[in-house]
Amino acid sequence: MSDDPPPLPRLVRALIALLTLLRLRRARRTEAARGEAGRDYGAEPTSATERAAGTRRETGTSARAELAVAIALVLAGALGAVFCLVYAFDAGDTQLLGLALGLALLATALALILAADRVFPRETAVEPRPRLAEGRRSAESGVAEELAAGSEGLSRRRLLVAAASTAGAGLGAAALVPLDSLGPNVGQTLDTSPWKVGTPLVDVTGRPVSAAEVTLGSFITAFPEGADMRELGSPVVVVHVDPATLRLPAGRAGWAPGGLVAYSKICTHAGCAVSLYRSPLDQGTSREGPALVCPCHYSTFDVLRGAGVEFGPAGRPLPQLPLAVRADGVLIAGGGFSGPVGPSWWSVRREGPTKS
Amino acid sequence: MSDEDRRDVGTGDPDGDAVRFVDERLGASPLLRKAMRYLFPDHWSFLIGEIALYSFIVLVLTGTYLALFFDDSTSTTVYHGSFAPLAGQTVSEAYASTVSLSYDVPAGLLMRQTHHWAALIFIAAIVVHLMRVFFTGAFRKPRDVNWMIGLTLLVFAILEGFAGYSLPDDLLSGMGLAIGYGVALSIPFVGANVAFLIWGGQFPGGASFEPRLFIAHVFLLPALLASLITVHLAIIMRQKHSQFPGPGHREDNVVGTPLWPGYALRATGLLFAVAGVLILLGGLVQINPVWQYGPFEPWLGTNGAQPDWYLGWLIGALRLMPALEIHVFGYTPIPNPFFGGILFPGVVFSVLYGWPAFERRVTRDRARHDLLDRPRDNPWRTATGSAFFSWVAIIFTAGSADRILVSVGIPYVSQVWFFRIAAFVVPILVFFAVRRICRQLRASELHPLREWTGTTVARNKAGGYDPIARSTPDAPGGQSPTRGARSGTGGRAEQ
Repeated sequence: MSDDPPPLPRLVRALIALLTLLRLRRARRTEAARGEAGRDYGAEPTSATERAAGTRRETGTSARAELAVAIALVLAGALGAVFCLVYAFDAGDTQLLGLALGLALLATALALILAADRVFPRETAVEPRPRLAEGRRSAESGVAEELAAGSEGLSRRRLLVAAASTAGAGLGAAALVPLDSLGPNVGQTLDTSPWKVGTPLVDVTGRPVSAAEVTLGSFITAFPEGADMRELGSPVVVVHVDPATLRLPAGRAGWAPGGLVAYSKICTHAGCAVSLYRSPLDQGTSREGPALVCPCHYSTFDVLRGAGVEFGPAGRPLPQLPLAVRADGVLIAGGGFSGPVGPSWWSVRREGPTKS
Repeated sequence: MSDEDRRDVGTGDPDGDAVRFVDERLGASPLLRKAMRYLFPDHWSFLIGEIALYSFIVLVLTGTYLALFFDDSTSTTVYHGSFAPLAGQTVSEAYASTVSLSYDVPAGLLMRQTHHWAALIFIAAIVVHLMRVFFTGAFRKPRDVNWMIGLTLLVFAILEGFAGYSLPDDLLSGMGLAIGYGVALSIPFVGANVAFLIWGGQFPGGASFEPRLFIAHVFLLPALLASLITVHLAIIMRQKHSQFPGPGHREDNVVGTPLWPGYALRATGLLFAVAGVLILLGGLVQINPVWQYGPFEPWLGTNGAQPDWYLGWLIGALRLMPALEIHVFGYTPIPNPFFGGILFPGVVFSVLYGWPAFERRVTRDRARHDLLDRPRDNPWRTATGSAFFSWVAIIFTAGSADRILVSVGIPYVSQVWFFRIAAFVVPILVFFAVRRICRQLRASELHPLREWTGTTVARNKAGGYDPIARSTPDAPGGQSPTRGARSGTGGRAEQ
C-alpha cells in the first residue's frame, strides 16, 4: 500500500514528463532553425534562376512530410466521398453533411499548408519597392502636358465648358428623376389611420372584441373592422385598468369606459410593435404602475397617464384611441387617434388628432 | 528538328506546353513571371484581410445556391412543408421558401447556415483587419486611399448583411426592418420621402419592397463589394505590401515569401481552412432558425430579439439615447432615432475616413511610409484609437443589456445609466492607460508575446564588438547592463 504512489501524483509526474519532453523538442527545433538560418543566409542561390541578394531559399523535403501531405489529401478525397454518400442516403442530416464537407476542406487546408511548409521550396526573397512619384515632379511625367495638348487650338473654350455643363446637368437630372417612381408621394399618408367614430374593434381573426372579454390586468391586440391589418395606423393594444387610477391628459374624459384604454401598438420611436405589458400584481402597493414596453429599444409608456414616455428613447406618447362600448357590448372607436401613429418624422406634430 | 517544328508537336513537357500555349496567344509570360515572384511579407496579422476575402468567396458560392430556391415575394401562401408546427399557416412566399429550402432542399440548411456564419465572420474579419491597419499605421501615404476603399467596403458589407437577414420575412427580420424604417423616417426634412422611396410607401412597404431587397442583396451590393475588393487588391499589388520593421526590412524594399509556390499553397490552404471552419459551423451550430421566430406582422414583436452582431453598435446607440427630440414650433425636425441610427454611425465613419488626413495635419508627417509601426511605437495614435474603439465597444455592449439582464440579473434601467456614463468615462481611462502601457513597453522594449534571443554587444577599444550577454539556454544570463539583456530576463535567460 505504502509502496504504491497515489494516483494523482503519478498523473502530475506524467504531465511534468510530457511538458519536459515538449520543451526539449521545441528547444531542439529552435536550435535547428537557428542553425539552418545561419547556414542559409547569404548562401548561393540553389536554383539556376538568379535571386536577389538577401534571398533565403531552402529546398528539399523528407519522405515523412511528403507522406503526411499525401495522407491528408487522400483523407480529403475520402471525406468528400463521405459527403456524397450522406447526401445520397440521408440528406436531411445537416450535421453529418457539414462534418464531412468541413473536415474534407480542413484536410485539404492541412495538406496545402504542410506542403508549403515542409515539401515545396521555402523562400524568403527581397526586392526593391516600386517607386511611386517620389522625387519626381508631376510635370516630369508629361501627363499635364498631354492633358493641355488635348485642348490645343480651341477658341471658345468657355462656351464649350458652359454648354457641356448644361448637358451634364440635364442628363444627370434625367437619370435621377425616374427614381421618384420608386415610391408614392408622402402626402397625408403618415397622418391618417383607418379608425373613425364607431369603427368596431376586431381581433386578429376578424371577430368583434367585446368589452367584457378584456379582464382587469389583461392585454389584447385589436384592429379596425374591415381595414388592412398591416397598415401602421391599424393595430391597437387594449388594456383594462382600475378606472380610479387613471390620470389621462385633459380633454380625454370618457375615452376609457370602465378603465378600458386603447393605444396605438406601433412604437413612436422606431416603429416596432409595443408588445410587452407590465401589469403589477398589486396596483395599490407596487412602486411601478402598469406600462407598455417596446421590446426593440425598451421605450416604456405609462398606461395610466396617456402612454407618456416613462423611460427609453421614444420622444412622443403612444397615440390614444378613444373607446366606447356599443349596446351589444362590442368595443368601438370613439374617434381617431390623439396624435400621429408610428415613428416620428420631421413634420410630425407633437400633439393633434389624426385624420381618418 | 528546328524550333518552329517543335512548337507544333509539343515538347512532351506538359507545363512547358501550357506556358507556351498561353504565351503564344497572350504574350503573358513576363506578367505571369512577375506575379509568381510577387512577395508577401510574413506576419500573421496580414492574414486577417485574407480571411475576409475567403469568407466573401464562400458567401458568393453558398448565396448563389440559396438564390436558386428563394422566392422574393410577400404575397401569401399556405405552408405545406415538412416543418409540422407551421403546417396550414398563412405565410409569405419569402418566408415559406426560406423554411422549405432549410427543411426540404437536400443540403439547403447546410448552405443557409454556412452563408449566415460566413456573413458574420466576413464582417468580423473586416473589422479586425481595419483595427490592424489602424494600429500599425498602415493607412498612411500611399495607402490612405485604400484605407477609404476598405471603409467603404465595410459600409456596404454591413448593408449587405442587413439586407440578407431581412429577406426571410420572419419576425426578427421584420423587427429589424421596422427599425430601419424608423431610422430612415428620422432623417431631417427628407426622411419621409427617403423611406417612401425605399419601401415603396409606408412600412411594411408595397409588394415591390421584397424584390428590391432581394436585388440589392444578390446583385447591387455584391457587385459593388466585388468591384471594391478588386480595386482594393489591385492597389495593394501596385504599392506592394507594407511590412513590419525587422532585420533587412527597409522602407525601399519588400522582404517576403514569393507567390509561387510557397504563398500560393499557404493562401489556398487558408482559403480551404476558412471554408472548412464555416462549413463546420454551418453544419453543427444552428443559426437564425426563422421557423422558430415565426412570420412577421407589423403588430408582432418579441422580447430578447438580437440582431446580427455587426448591428449591435447601432441598436446599442438607439437604446442608450435619452428621449431627446428637437421640436421647433410643434414640428420635429430631428426625431430621436436620428441620433443613434444616423448621427452615431456617421460620426464613427467620419472619424475613420478622416483619420489619415487628421494625423497628417497633427504630425505634419506627409512622407510615404511602407514600414509599419508597432502599436507601441506611436503611443498617441494607439491610445486615441483604443479610446475610440472602446467607445464604440461600450455602446455595442449596451445593445445586449436586455440579454445581460436575463443572464446576470442586473436591472435594465441601471445598466442603461451605467453604459451612458461609461460611454464618456471609459474612453478617457482607456486613453491614459493605453498611452502609459505603450510608453512603458517602448521604454523597456519588452515584447509581451515574444522572447528575445540574441546577443548584446559592447564596443571595445579596438573598434570592434565584444559579446557581453548571450541569451541562450546554454549560456544563461551574463551581465545584464543593457535593455537588451533586460528583455532577455523575460525569456530563456532565467533558466
